[in-house]
Amino acid sequence: MKVADARLHALAARRTRFAITLTVAMIVLYFGFILLIAYDKALMGTLVAPGLSLGILLGALVIVVSWLLTFVYVRWANRRYDRELSEITR
Amino acid sequence: MNAAQPVTSIGEPNVVAMVFFFVFIAITLGITYWASRKTRTTEDFYAAGRSISAGQNGFALAGDYMSAASFLGIAGLVSTTGFDGLIYSTGWLVGWPVVLFLIAEPLRNLGKYTFADVVAARLRQTPVRIAAAIGTLATVIFYLIAQMVGAGGLIKLMFGLSYETAIVIVGVAMIAYVLFGGMLATTWVQIVKAVLLLGGATILALLVLSRFGFSPLALFREAATRYGDGVLAPGKLVANPLDAVSLGMALMFGTAGLPHILMRFYTVPDAQAARKSVFYATGLIGFFYLMTFILGFGAMVLVTPDAIKAVDKGGNMAAPLLAETLGGTPFLGFIAAVAFATILAVVAGLTLSGAAALSHDLWVSVARKGDATPIEQLRVARIATVVLGVIAVLLGIVFKGQNVAFMVSLAFAIAASANFPALLLSIFWRGCTTLGVVTSMLVGTISTLLLIYLSPTIQVDILNHAQAFFPLKNPALITIPLSFAVGIVVSLASSDPEAREKFAQVERRVHLGAKA
Repeated sequence: MKVADARLHALAARRTRFAITLTVAMIVLYFGFILLIAYDKALMGTLVAPGLSLGILLGALVIVVSWLLTFVYVRWANRRYDRELSEITR
Repeated sequence: MNAAQPVTSIGEPNVVAMVFFFVFIAITLGITYWASRKTRTTEDFYAAGRSISAGQNGFALAGDYMSAASFLGIAGLVSTTGFDGLIYSTGWLVGWPVVLFLIAEPLRNLGKYTFADVVAARLRQTPVRIAAAIGTLATVIFYLIAQMVGAGGLIKLMFGLSYETAIVIVGVAMIAYVLFGGMLATTWVQIVKAVLLLGGATILALLVLSRFGFSPLALFREAATRYGDGVLAPGKLVANPLDAVSLGMALMFGTAGLPHILMRFYTVPDAQAARKSVFYATGLIGFFYLMTFILGFGAMVLVTPDAIKAVDKGGNMAAPLLAETLGGTPFLGFIAAVAFATILAVVAGLTLSGAAALSHDLWVSVARKGDATPIEQLRVARIATVVLGVIAVLLGIVFKGQNVAFMVSLAFAIAASANFPALLLSIFWRGCTTLGVVTSMLVGTISTLLLIYLSPTIQVDILNHAQAFFPLKNPALITIPLSFAVGIVVSLASSDPEAREKFAQVERRVHLGAKA
């Protein structure tokens, strides 16, 4: 049991680290967007293509990237985390 | 189109809307009848017997989350202000990854029915349950008031029914779903509503795009040509940068503290399904908010801001007016019915989570110290449902005509400041104590209420005072760090050997669930 506990502890620490890294990425992404809106309105209004301002482009990207980050986590957890967990509990 | 008198049938009884609405009610009551025969135990009532699949729960989470505020409110805001409205579209999505990374799996593995199960897992039951129930009920009631008042106004505008009649219809239908069908019926109402809302919004967006060669950029370009490049850039909404950050914090961390969302993770069989369901929900909700870009600018160009404001000053009728412009009265009727179904479903989910706090946390765990028979537990859950349903109807009537738009952000601010820090501290920090977590939850709730009362939203907009004591419209910037700080400092200053001792066991259960 001792060995399994140590392995579980290591796996737990790894998941926490990964989860916190992704959370920080999410916070940087979103609050970066908000701070740009708050402090550099002119930049966000710049047109990158006719009809497309940088603000609209980044706003859409925040949504898409948020979803991709959930994909990254779910893929990691389904493949690595679940497999190691089942090895520990076996 | 003459701006002063837009050509619209909004406000008159709409036959198509009525038909769609009654079909929706008939289908959902049919689901409720089916669910009632499968709802026999408390586990069925609160958690649908843990029988919901990841995909189903993804749709149900999206259904619980996409309220009328996000459909009608954002479309209205974008159609009248342009880019500023889109700040909400992104803000309302970014909490979901946080729910996935930090909360969903531990919640499923540690708890039974409410998020208080998780916070109380290694702490003293009574104080934690009481504090968590206060946070839950405050969140649920403010959210409910916003939905009920919105529902009354919306139905009055769309169906020509009186405000009170509308509120009572919503109340009766919602109580029926929850009371007889429990979580199983509530889940399927959310799924049906999510499909309707996503389908309706997609059709509407495609109809808009068909006028612009299926190019969103052509649509945005047309908006900029008519109303100036300013509609594509940030405007007045973020006059105060700190306000924008504060609102962002409430939206991001509030999502991870909403009791009716957290409760959904108990309906799936295991943590893996909980994890996948957030991935599906994030995709569905993200897709929906991307479409609000099209709907909002579509309404701006095709309906015009003046015509939208002439029908409803807040702009809330932008999406229905857009539907009428593009598909005539029948499509307006369909979108109106979808909006009504949206409110009904969200209200049902809120009521169930509030009833769980009253019955599971307060009655069974505190008053009866966990010593209640299964029959008594189920009976109390149903009584709590009726009590909360009646309270929702009464509050809806009491707040008639009041400006309650701020109440959804108030609910998010309390969820972010009272519930989220307590969850995080209790799951991840060995050193947290009962006293620390309880004071954190209470300080989170009370400071949020106090600062909202002192904010410009209440002092200037509602009480008409010249200025407010507290400068920010949303207090989350102060209250979230405050709640964390109180939780940490009080924990360090107090001792709770049992909490420390049980941490290893809780950590095992966070990963292994019932197998631990």
